[in-house]
Amino acid sequence: MNHNLYFDITHMLAGSMLLVSFVLLYQDRMFSLLNVYTVHALVLAAAAAWQGFVQQAPHLYATAVIALVFKAIAIPLTLRWLIVKLAIHREIEKVVGSGISVIAGFFLTALSITVMMKASGGTDPMTREDLSFALAVVLIGLLMMAGRRNAISQVVGFMSMENGLILAAVGAKGMPLVVEISVAFSVLVALIVIGIFLFRIRERFDVVDIRGLEKSGGER
Amino acid sequence: MYLKAILLFPLIGILLLSLIRSYRISSFLNTLFSFLSFASSLLLLVKRESAGLFFVVDELNIVFILLTNFVGFTTALFSQHYIAHEIKTGHISAVSLRFYHGMYQSLLFGMNLALCSNNIGLMWVAIEIATLSTVLMVGIYRTAEALEASWKYFILGGVGIALALFGTFLFYISARPAIGEGLSAMAWTNLLSHASNLDTSLLNIAFVFILLGYGTKAGLFPLHAWLPDAHAEGPTPISAVLSGLLLNVALYAILRFKMLLAANPHALQAGPLLMSMGLASVLFAALMLYKRRDIKRLFAYSSIEHMGIIAFAFGIGGALANFAGLLHMSMHSLTKSAIFFAIGYISQIKRTQKIADLSGLTASHPVLGWGLVFGVLAIAGLPPMGVFMSEFLVLSSAFAKAPLLAALLACGLIIAFGALLLKLVQVAFGEPKGTSTVVPSLYLPMLSHFLLILIAGIYIPPHVVEWFKHTSLLLK
Repeated sequence: MNHNLYFDITHMLAGSMLLVSFVLLYQDRMFSLLNVYTVHALVLAAAAAWQGFVQQAPHLYATAVIALVFKAIAIPLTLRWLIVKLAIHREIEKVVGSGISVIAGFFLTALSITVMMKASGGTDPMTREDLSFALAVVLIGLLMMAGRRNAISQVVGFMSMENGLILAAVGAKGMPLVVEISVAFSVLVALIVIGIFLFRIRERFDVVDIRGLEKSGGER
Repeated sequence: MYLKAILLFPLIGILLLSLIRSYRISSFLNTLFSFLSFASSLLLLVKRESAGLFFVVDELNIVFILLTNFVGFTTALFSQHYIAHEIKTGHISAVSLRFYHGMYQSLLFGMNLALCSNNIGLMWVAIEIATLSTVLMVGIYRTAEALEASWKYFILGGVGIALALFGTFLFYISARPAIGEGLSAMAWTNLLSHASNLDTSLLNIAFVFILLGYGTKAGLFPLHAWLPDAHAEGPTPISAVLSGLLLNVALYAILRFKMLLAANPHALQAGPLLMSMGLASVLFAALMLYKRRDIKRLFAYSSIEHMGIIAFAFGIGGALANFAGLLHMSMHSLTKSAIFFAIGYISQIKRTQKIADLSGLTASHPVLGWGLVFGVLAIAGLPPMGVFMSEFLVLSSAFAKAPLLAALLACGLIIAFGALLLKLVQVAFGEPKGTSTVVPSLYLPMLSHFLLILIAGIYIPPHVVEWFKHTSLLLK
């Protein structure tokens, strides 16, 4: 295979991840959101494995396996179980509508491409484009967290943001600690927060919807 | 060896304390482990190893390590009695207790790891551990307010974490051509020695991400939204370590990256960014102080103000301002945590945190009441306490470099001073209100902090001054 093909496949995988991020933005059912998230994680696993092959860095295969087993299988299944078990509303309540969030997503993508292309002018083109896609995925994850009311969809937003970060990490050649960081992220965030946290919220409220929490407001 | 000890003791603590059921044993062990970490951090002063790929102990972080472990230890002492009462009243269950002590040690572990790590990736992981421990502890009471505070903290903290990690990657990518691939390009000491060869444009954008990411953790305006809730709704020992320590650790991380930028002649000037965020935090928090009705929230806003002062001081730069910043950091940690120790007992005695329901504390509870008066006067910046000294130094160095901004800062300080005094008069004097419960309390931690800030305000031993001066020169 020649160098161009390497480049194109990397490009395609990063681009597909961004595309799936957009698809995440306009979901309005909980289960379909989880399905799309699974695809997001699968693309990440493919991108990590591909980078492992291109850079001949075996540790990136470990990252790919974590993404595959943990993010694409375990987490969506757990969340599904939580939704059924806790009888959570299956519709996603949005603060801003799908149309507006997708348009905002376009702007964020344009922003990250402009910024990263300019800033990383000194590095090789592969890193440069990978970084701009990754930043766009991160920013769209942020947008999702800000624009959703349900706790679970916020967690999905958080995880898609995290996938963007891992994409940036696997794209940065020779980056150490990638595996450790993805383990730290997955284990800490997913297990502790989703497991204990949501369960606790359910103990007190009927809906796992942070709006229920906002009502209490707290003493200012 | 001592370096490993400050990491190892909390680590054993996490494992052991999450297993022990008995309150007496576990709270004693919690204090013991915190003391052991503090003792090892003292020994670090005597003998330290040279920097490796993962760990470094130098003049800058040893100040923070000592401070963190000292306040960690006194807070554990305070928490012993505080938690005893919470168990008696049923606010904390037996399971939560194990969880609480485990998380306390995990917070100390995270902070110690963040402070002594030489690897910017490891530092990020450590700050993440510390943050997640506090997120879980803030929600420990399981009330609606506590869960909301905890959720808000998690979401905003998560955003901060993500931005900081992206910044960390960018630092690595900017260093890769100069240092080469792998771990050595993530070691801070290597980054510093190659600073002038780093890719400047990437470095600039990386610092912006770091500033936003860790700035969220440090509670700088406009990224502070999680901070008041997290302080008000969690257990008071956690408010004490959050304000006193975790905010410092986040600022410390920003400082490390700022040093890298300062060493590169073509990179962005980090100073003005820090100064403007700092000044905005001071002014915003000072104005917000007036409308607070919850006493813990009041002091949470005051922490935002002081983080602003510190960020401003480091933003000005130069030996004097950096010295003032370091001194202010230490003084604020000691004073603010002591104030939270007093408030912890007060809110247990009066069973409320509402300022309107608290009155005449100096008459009904002299030690706590006058302790609070002393603490608030100290944090408001009255002489002869240590905070006065550091604020005076910040202001005088600011007047020399940017008189207009210094005037604004002075305004902020005066506004905050007025607000704190107003609330203090309401709480401490007048007719005692409401019922009082008898709670087991230990005044030693509070009084020892007060003694230290009083001594620091009057006389700082020359070799401590030398040490701080040397550190401030390192900071540039």
